[in-house]
Amino acid sequence: MMKTIIEVNQLKKDFYVGDITVHALRGVNLQISEGEFVAIMGTSGSGKSTMLNILGCLDKPTSGTYFLDGISMGELSKNELAALRNIKLGFVFQSYNLLSRTSALENVELPLFYNSKIKSKERRERAEAALEAVGLADRMHHMPNQLSGGQQQRVAIARSLVNDPVVILADEATGNLDTRTSYEIMALLQDLNQKGKTIAFVTHEADIAKFMTRQVIFRDGHIIREEKVPNRSNAVELIKALPTEELV
Amino acid sequence: MNYLNSIKIAFNALKRNKFRAFLTMLGIIIGVASVIVMLAIGQGSKKSIQDQMAGMGTNLIFAMPGSEQKGGVRMGNSDAQSMKLSDVEAIQRDCPAISDVSPEVRSSGQAVVGNQNWPTSIFGVNNNYFSIRKYTIGSGRSFTSTEIDTYAKVCLVGQTVVNNLFGKTNPIGQTIRFGKIPLLIIGVLGIKGENGWGQDQDDLLMAPYTTVQKRILAITHVQSIAASAVSESLNAAAIEQISKSLRNSHKLKDGTEDDFQVRSQSEMVQTFSSISDIMTALLGAISGISLLVGGIGIMNIMYVSVTERTREIGLRLSVGGRGNDILLQFLIESILLSVLGGIIGISLGVVATQLMASLMNWPVVITTVSVVMAFLVCSAIGIFFGWYPARKAASLNPIDALRYE
Repeated sequence: MMKTIIEVNQLKKDFYVGDITVHALRGVNLQISEGEFVAIMGTSGSGKSTMLNILGCLDKPTSGTYFLDGISMGELSKNELAALRNIKLGFVFQSYNLLSRTSALENVELPLFYNSKIKSKERRERAEAALEAVGLADRMHHMPNQLSGGQQQRVAIARSLVNDPVVILADEATGNLDTRTSYEIMALLQDLNQKGKTIAFVTHEADIAKFMTRQVIFRDGHIIREEKVPNRSNAVELIKALPTEELV
Repeated sequence: MNYLNSIKIAFNALKRNKFRAFLTMLGIIIGVASVIVMLAIGQGSKKSIQDQMAGMGTNLIFAMPGSEQKGGVRMGNSDAQSMKLSDVEAIQRDCPAISDVSPEVRSSGQAVVGNQNWPTSIFGVNNNYFSIRKYTIGSGRSFTSTEIDTYAKVCLVGQTVVNNLFGKTNPIGQTIRFGKIPLLIIGVLGIKGENGWGQDQDDLLMAPYTTVQKRILAITHVQSIAASAVSESLNAAAIEQISKSLRNSHKLKDGTEDDFQVRSQSEMVQTFSSISDIMTALLGAISGISLLVGGIGIMNIMYVSVTERTREIGLRLSVGGRGNDILLQFLIESILLSVLGGIIGISLGVVATQLMASLMNWPVVITTVSVVMAFLVCSAIGIFFGWYPARKAASLNPIDALRYE
């Protein structure tokens, strides 16, 4: 059995909007083991985003327990949560969230700035290595507005990798990209997963979920289905199979 | 999170918005520069007044007749003949705080040499007068006591008189007529220039007071008494002692008014200094307001910047930035803005001040105090006006900040 990275028990999250209580999560149990590539799926309002926020230590559950890499996050203060995010988690967002007018390299360095143990030389080296790992070695000094959407998302993935996290949390990371570029991103993530990275990926697109090892499907604050992905797609092969568009 | 990283992050953030950063700083730059310039002008005018006064002697004390009463009618100050030579001698004898004392009698009239003539004044004084009024003997000599005792017809001339009556020839040994009295020139006074009111202090003759009293004015009283205190700090004591001595000499009973008045040069210096202090404060206050406006400009921009960069803040929080890191970043940004603006403003102010000094010949003094103060005020403005927006940024919820559109 692989090491358990994420363990969630009876997780509940309520939001209070005026007099109305919204039950976003109604008792969720979930385990993610090292090396998994999990798709968190569901329609809007199913609770998947709330789940990701809690997994990402950005929000606290109303009740229930959450162990991240063996650490119970229920008792941690705001600052301790920030430190945890800094060393244990990597985020990839739908809209990339890169700093504008800041080079790719500096964007990737950002998380390491908040780790006082890392000196500037190491910071630079690790950021360069992360950008090489996502295939952007020749674009390190480009600004975000000089990069395509796919390249920007690669920079964001490099940023999520740079602190060597135990899990990468992706929130609709292919939502803003066309099919081919989405597949390219998925190929990159599959490759990273192959090398041992644990990834949790929120999406509502079934074809994207096909690239992962397991699907967890949310509805109305519950996990309604959880299953291994049968006939898992290989992104590299699918890209080859895509028709090469002849633009006139 | 170390501070060096915070400073780097803040610096990078400013670098990304160079033009906006510059515009933000502009308020501070103008504010600081104007504070520096205004204070330099204020201090300069104060110093030039003080210098001119000091040139006349800061320990200089004048005693002159005050108002007197004749049968219940109070008379004006100037014409009284109440001061006698004996008063001068009494002051010399009774007042330990006084180093030198001299009687003074004045007359104006036409000085004539050959076919040249020039309107000027003659001062009747004793030998102490030169040191009291900070006159020097440029060439020749001053009077001997025999010359004073014998109402000798000798005099010293000021440079302006020399220029107008003698041109380039040496006046010593020649005779000058003042009114109808021919006087032998025994010396020329050193050049003293204009005083604080633009009066030419070299346009005069100086003769023994006896000569002026007997031969020119035909009087026995003295018009005023000039004295110098041992040091500036003893001015008050000197004034007291002179008043006491004069009351004594004039046999004034307790409760009656003085029939003289005693003034010290330093009192006048203080009066003028306090006028220029008020000016300085006024100028400083006006430019201080522009500095305040500059500070509000910084707050405004920082505040907008926090809103505009909400997603950036969300991102920083999500990758492990703590609230305090964000607070520090924005605070350092605003401090950098104001301190950088302050440094540029100080340089600009110094350059402008020097330009004013060299082009317009204004007396200016840049004091370290004003520079240090301007700098401290800038830093304080950075902290004060940066705090609120920084606080706002730090208190953002990462989830909301990330989703902010």
